[in-house]
Amino acid sequence: MRKFAFAESGEGFVPPSTADFNLPPVFGDNAFTTKPILLSLLSVVLISVFFILASRKALVVPNKLQFAGESVYAFVRNGLGKDIIGHEFMRYVPFLFTLFTFIITNNIFGIVPFLQFPTMSRVSFAYVLAIFSVAGFHYVGIKKHGIVKYLSGIAFMPGVPKAVYVLLTPIEIATFFLVRPLTLSLRLFANMFAGHLLLMVFILGGEHMLSGSIGIKLIAPIAFAFGIGMTFFEFMVQCLQAYIFTLLTALFIAGALADEH
Amino acid sequence: MEGSLNVVGYGISAVGPALAIGMIFAAYINGVARQPEARNVLQPIAFLGFAVAEALALFGLVLAFVI
Repeated sequence: MRKFAFAESGEGFVPPSTADFNLPPVFGDNAFTTKPILLSLLSVVLISVFFILASRKALVVPNKLQFAGESVYAFVRNGLGKDIIGHEFMRYVPFLFTLFTFIITNNIFGIVPFLQFPTMSRVSFAYVLAIFSVAGFHYVGIKKHGIVKYLSGIAFMPGVPKAVYVLLTPIEIATFFLVRPLTLSLRLFANMFAGHLLLMVFILGGEHMLSGSIGIKLIAPIAFAFGIGMTFFEFMVQCLQAYIFTLLTALFIAGALADEH
Repeated sequence: MEGSLNVVGYGISAVGPALAIGMIFAAYINGVARQPEARNVLQPIAFLGFAVAEALALFGLVLAFVI
């Protein structure tokens, strides 16, 4: 544990680094019982229990739990499905809803006391979600237009002079198969990673200040206050990133369904 | 005191996306202030622009650690 290392050796402050994200296995000695994996499993359980309880006894006048569940569902269905994909949006709402709830729960784990680790700050989780999203919209596009028409729609955008294809075709192919999955996953990963690092800097730094001289001890509460403020900022970022990931997936699906392809 | 020049470089490079995000939200706020009922139409567009501009800053962050 790094954070105890400097207290024992009495050396200077060791700032948190990427090494703090390589957590050891919680139990056993394998690569599958690390904290992020257990957290993602916990999130699946939490989401399932919450929405089963919220939708089990559906009433015409909803109680508090049903209202909470239905507002999350309505947010994804209307704000992300209906407004962006347009008609036939209901087929894609389950996918978008799963993505949104999974990402937001895992992100918020970053500021829940005792859990305090955003799962998506391990890049592999973000990669897998991006693979699902990109494979999903390509599948939707191929199913709607057929593989030849869909791929030629990507490579040769209609309504462009022939000579421009020399430039445009590589860019379009790179956009659809490389840039979109990379930006989608790296955005989520880097936000969670940077946010967790930021919180660690303020809180571990404040903890280190407490072991200094009396003047430094008096400044430590300021660092902790900033840590608390940044925690609220992180909450905003975590919700925003879940929204943006789902929004972009919905936009990609809408793009794959569009008739210009 | 030790540090990485990469992170200093990242700090400088983050100015570009910062200005871009500021301009995007300035335009969004202007749009909503002039026509409040257009809020629901503008919101996804504003966040899309925000996400695209922010991606550059995040690539910089990743590269600051990777290289």
